[in-house]
Amino acid sequence: MANFTLNGQATTLEVPDDMPLLWVLRDVVGLTGTKFGCGVAACGACTVHVDGQPTRSCITPVSAVAGKQIVTIEAIERDPVGRRVQAAWGELDVVQCGYCQSGQVMAATALLRDKPEPSDADIDGALSGNICRCGTYQRIRAAVKRAAARKEG
Amino acid sequence: MDATRRDFIRAGAAAGGGLLIAFVLPGCNREPRNEKPSEAAVGHATSEAVDQSPGLGTAGFIRIDRQGAVTFVVHKVEMGQGTFTSIPMLLAEELEVDPAKVRLEQAPPDNKLYADPLLGGQLTGGSTSIRGAWEPLRRVGATARTMLVAAAAKRWNVEASSCTARDGAVVQADGQRRLGYGELVDEAAKLPVPQVVALKKAGEFRLIGRPVHRLDGADKVNGKAVFGIDARPQGVRVAAVAASPVIGGRLKAVDEAKAKAVPGVREVLKIDNAVAVVADHQWAAKQGLAAAAPSWDEGANANLTTGVIVADMEAASLKAGVVARKDGDASEEIGRAKRRLEAVYHMPFLAHATMEPMNCTAQVKDGGCDVWVGTQVPVLAQAAAAKAAGVPPEQVRVHNHYLGGGFGRRLEVDNVAQAVAFAKQTQGPVKFVWSREEDIQHDMYRPYYLDRMAAALGDDGRPTAWFHRIVGSSILSRFAPATVKDGVDADAVDGARDHPYAVPAVRVEYVRHEPPLPTAFWRGVGATHNVWVVESFIDELAAAAKQDPLAYRLALLDKSPRLKAVLQAAADKAGWGKPFQAPDGRRGGRGLSAQFVFGTYMAQVAEASVDEAGEVRVHRVVCTVDCGTVVNPDTVVAQVESGVVFGLSAALWGEITLDRGRVQQSNFPDYRVMRMNEMPLVEVHLMPSGDAPGGIGEPGTSAAAPALTNALFAATGQRIRKLPVGEQLKARTA
Repeated sequence: MANFTLNGQATTLEVPDDMPLLWVLRDVVGLTGTKFGCGVAACGACTVHVDGQPTRSCITPVSAVAGKQIVTIEAIERDPVGRRVQAAWGELDVVQCGYCQSGQVMAATALLRDKPEPSDADIDGALSGNICRCGTYQRIRAAVKRAAARKEG
Repeated sequence: MDATRRDFIRAGAAAGGGLLIAFVLPGCNREPRNEKPSEAAVGHATSEAVDQSPGLGTAGFIRIDRQGAVTFVVHKVEMGQGTFTSIPMLLAEELEVDPAKVRLEQAPPDNKLYADPLLGGQLTGGSTSIRGAWEPLRRVGATARTMLVAAAAKRWNVEASSCTARDGAVVQADGQRRLGYGELVDEAAKLPVPQVVALKKAGEFRLIGRPVHRLDGADKVNGKAVFGIDARPQGVRVAAVAASPVIGGRLKAVDEAKAKAVPGVREVLKIDNAVAVVADHQWAAKQGLAAAAPSWDEGANANLTTGVIVADMEAASLKAGVVARKDGDASEEIGRAKRRLEAVYHMPFLAHATMEPMNCTAQVKDGGCDVWVGTQVPVLAQAAAAKAAGVPPEQVRVHNHYLGGGFGRRLEVDNVAQAVAFAKQTQGPVKFVWSREEDIQHDMYRPYYLDRMAAALGDDGRPTAWFHRIVGSSILSRFAPATVKDGVDADAVDGARDHPYAVPAVRVEYVRHEPPLPTAFWRGVGATHNVWVVESFIDELAAAAKQDPLAYRLALLDKSPRLKAVLQAAADKAGWGKPFQAPDGRRGGRGLSAQFVFGTYMAQVAEASVDEAGEVRVHRVVCTVDCGTVVNPDTVVAQVESGVVFGLSAALWGEITLDRGRVQQSNFPDYRVMRMNEMPLVEVHLMPSGDAPGGIGEPGTSAAAPALTNALFAATGQRIRKLPVGEQLKARTA
């Protein structure tokens, strides 16, 4: 039995304790915006927020998030920082295939909440765990800076 | 051309009202410079491999309903390259509608309706989308607009020439009269299709050449974009899959009882060379697969190593191949030359490692089959599913999705064939998802290539003869065998037999060598291999001649003014000739590459450095592009940025190796790709051109590796003749 808050909704599910949150989200709840990329926390595609912290859901057992607040890409627009990130992504046309971008947006939003004016080193530190095979890194960096420059919104 | 043009557009009433324009994009815009046999060959396959592929939805290409909403059944897939924006732009430009308001539907498999004009089949690849659609799709838009204008003119009883179309409406008399397209569609549908329509001239474009934001952008940052792996048809269960770890091995035994003992596991499915564990969710499936502990008959490749394959290729490289180009007698010239240079280059097997691991959801039911997948080749997916299910192709419905990366991997349908072979043994839809390890270890790999180069230098240092012998797999012999003429695989020699440099005697040979593991196209296809070799070797010749690599190349490019111009521009923008100061006491250098492939001229200058430990860093890549008329400039820039990263990842680290018949790499920790902290500054400069568009998805990749390795030569004096760069410079330093 797993209890947590998912995108603001109290959620109780009959799933094994050791089941990674990723598969709970995708296969049980049916929220497919969070992506499977590697299964070993090496690519960041599965990034969600657990109590605000960017977390690799592919290696996070659901028991570890008991009682916690989980936010996925589907609800990130409710977060003002998340909205700014999404807008910046659109303005700079960051996405290509888009498969990794849920994770990139989640990681970037967490970074900007933590460090509203991130340096290049901060961006490297927060986003180097998120692989993009389309190579959109340069635009991601620019979009993070653009989102940072728009404090209110 | 006119005859084709008359035939290819048909118009009529759409079911439920509205205007339906059905058409096929004819190959009428082939310019000589765009006729690249290797790319055409790729698409022929979809026609040849599938007889008269049946159309499930002969819905045509464009529908305009009574509300004026435009639906475009798009013949191409979106895998990141921006086709779902740039292709509707071509239509919208002439139809005079807002491209953001054009509703896109993914075309069903149909080689007749949805073939690419350059490729001759329904396929997205080879940097052909814009090149193929450029003229005919605008013509279709213009035809529809002309009919709508004619309908309005008739209604108002005025000359059509007094009416204009703009923003989804026809206006007349200085805007005093206005009718939206939706009010005109029923009348327009009754009019004859105009035989001649005028296309806008370059100066009249409202959309083409101006940046349009990606139409798929919003859904890809809010979780709404649905990729193949996200498909959830009613009642779907999920499965984890394991194929024989040894290439060519067969399934021997599985412990079904143990697998089924895992809560949530429902079934164990077996085929000749793989096992799938079906469960309520992927976690149970994965645990069930581990519990099933499959064992394998390893077969003939049980002791295979990369070393064995390469030794075999080395032996093959000593024999003559089929001749792909022969100008003069290069071998004789080199044999008697006073100054000659020889070099052997190696390129490794590569995985595609798309971010979305391979997957396919399949259901076989009532003599039919459904597959939910993201594929570059809907028709081949349909054929593969039909064969595996044992049903006629017209009973296979391919539900195509966004592709979480293609790069050539999704030109293959091995995942579809496997999924359907499993699915026909059970009830209901099952989503078969490959783990990342499965994805990397059961890829269809970019071939290993071994290239023997030789050249003779004249007294002025310029090459008087050029010899290039290519040894490697022939992908086209599998994918489109009819296109391989006299043993020459046009893809394997692309960028080699047509290299841009003026050399009096040239001989290019091809030796086909098939490794035991499956090979496939990989971003940049043949050019990614040959441009690296050609651009490395021309750099070697410049060094041997003690000449500047830029000046040396320019002197050999008099017959290619556009390439010469992009090369000079890249050098100027990069500050070629000025010292490059690498930071932190690192040894730094600049390297060049120049190429004409996929109908696009491109040059790159890379700035790279090496530290004392031999660790490589790429600082900046300056890229100049002449790809003819640019449709969506920012997409072009993005594709080049993307291609550079893809090429650099492979050049720096990419390598698939075999031991005991097994692929040794398994996941991103041991199949390294570029990350944010390793990303160089990439500057892309588009050169103005009014020529027809060239391709852009691939060229950035093929140009990247040689610019890098030439920069490393400039930095260290060490010539990289074997990719990836990997630890080579470390070994030298230590």
